[in-house]
Amino acid sequence: MEAAAQEKIIAVINEKFDGAILESSMIKDFFTVVIAKEKIIDVIAHLYHHPDTKFQYLTTLCGIHYPELNQIAMMYQVHNLATNQRLRLKTYLPIENPVIPTLTKVFSAANWLERETYDFFGVIFDGHPNLKRILNVEDMLIFPMRKEYPLEDQTREDKNDLMFGR
Amino acid sequence: MTSVNDTITPNVIKEEKQYSYLNLGPTHPATHGIFQNVLKMDGEVIVDSQPTIGYIHRAFEKLAERRPYNQITPITDRMNYCSSPINNMGWHMTVEKLLGIQVPKRVEYLRVIIMELARIADHIICNTVIGVDTGAATVYFYGFQQRELIYEIYEEICGARLTTNIGRIGGFERDFSPKAWGKINRFLKEFPVVLKEFEGLLSRNRIFMDRTIGCGGISAERALNYSFSGPNLRAAGVDYDVRVMNPYSSYQDFDFTIPVGKNGDVYDRFMVRNEEMWQSLSIIRQAIEKMPEGPFHGDVPEFYLPPKEEVYNNMEALIYHFKIVMGETEVPKGEVYHCVEGGNGELGFYLTSDGGRTPFRLHLRRPCFIYYQAYPEIIRGTMLSDAILTMSSMNVIAGELDA
Repeated sequence: MEAAAQEKIIAVINEKFDGAILESSMIKDFFTVVIAKEKIIDVIAHLYHHPDTKFQYLTTLCGIHYPELNQIAMMYQVHNLATNQRLRLKTYLPIENPVIPTLTKVFSAANWLERETYDFFGVIFDGHPNLKRILNVEDMLIFPMRKEYPLEDQTREDKNDLMFGR
Repeated sequence: MTSVNDTITPNVIKEEKQYSYLNLGPTHPATHGIFQNVLKMDGEVIVDSQPTIGYIHRAFEKLAERRPYNQITPITDRMNYCSSPINNMGWHMTVEKLLGIQVPKRVEYLRVIIMELARIADHIICNTVIGVDTGAATVYFYGFQQRELIYEIYEEICGARLTTNIGRIGGFERDFSPKAWGKINRFLKEFPVVLKEFEGLLSRNRIFMDRTIGCGGISAERALNYSFSGPNLRAAGVDYDVRVMNPYSSYQDFDFTIPVGKNGDVYDRFMVRNEEMWQSLSIIRQAIEKMPEGPFHGDVPEFYLPPKEEVYNNMEALIYHFKIVMGETEVPKGEVYHCVEGGNGELGFYLTSDGGRTPFRLHLRRPCFIYYQAYPEIIRGTMLSDAILTMSSMNVIAGELDA
């Protein structure tokens, strides 16, 4: 994305939400903006409606757990199909209380994606119409994609994995 | 079952009308996969439905966090198993993007051939199954005979048929053999005849048209809001194709058109897929014609297994061989998103690496998972038999849906 297009996106966000942008940079070929967690959904809705940006296609959203930071990052990717601009928005939620407003009011597609993120990371989407587990069994007690749940059963003793694997 | 019913069961006694509830699936021959839908029915009309998914969830995203990069390729096979080579190529290209590898032109063209063959195989399945669901089983056997030819081509190139694990990071494990080229040419000669006959049987068939036009339609606006992609979005009239919007693997070198529909109904989806098969054939022909000479893999010794003779005689090759097989190659830190046009739409890989031997986080944007959530909205107010037809025309693949 060219520098002019980046500045335009930043200007559109700053127009209404001054100070919401914590960080912005090009990561490989993708323009990424880190937004304060209180404002991110409003910012996405603003970018959806603003005539200069019109990011009206939700590519995907997902969570990422950073155990060292005690945070869960939420990543949203939006796309403007007319100008073919893609934008990644990120925000960081504390692991003790990962609550974020829902995006389903803007994009219907966010419904299952948010349920999936709740299912695997335990992120609570405030205002979601049907926030239940989607891929895992309903009586599961943990949020399995968090890093504290290793893939293999750690009580196994028949396998020495010290040399290989982390 | 009670938990599923809770959400859509109002107090039936208080209402004047009594609805009946029907469990469609999880294992029902008409759903072509493991899908459960609890339908609230008024006679034969669907009032509401509640899909339950996750029956074949295999935790791919979690598995990927423990596996080295080259061992993740077989996982991607099992997503959309009707066109697994596209998934494999998409994954290879994602890793190459992270590593900053430039692959030779020949590799890109060979990949295009494989991906377009996979797209044809995927569309054959979807369109012939629409035939079965409308009561025309003949076309199914016509189509599957040709799909078999595609699978023989895969077999000649990588040794496998369904879960292909085709290609490597940086290129192909071997060049296409003369036998493989012969099979590709045979397919290019035979398939257009069958496809033409297939179209002749269905696309202007009065019974088929009456059955499919206006069935399971969605507007372009709703389709975009639901993040539809691929043939289903194009059938609704939006010309979004990743191959054109964000060309990868030299797609900009080829001349092809993007078919679009208008109403987004079953007939439009069928016609869009049919036309895409013609376009794919044309792309394959162009790729063969323009095929550049050169190596069939890039120069990436850290990721591409060296030839066996070198492993035995060359210390460096032996080290690389060991590191690749044991999965001990470290990759740089980074964050990439790469998407390819899969059989069902934008298949995206969001990969975060912390510099270790495995991905820190791999998120898969599965087109099926995203557009299947529109299913209740599409089938609301339609007949049960239309719901079956809608599902098969949307080409929902259980493996991709549940990851």
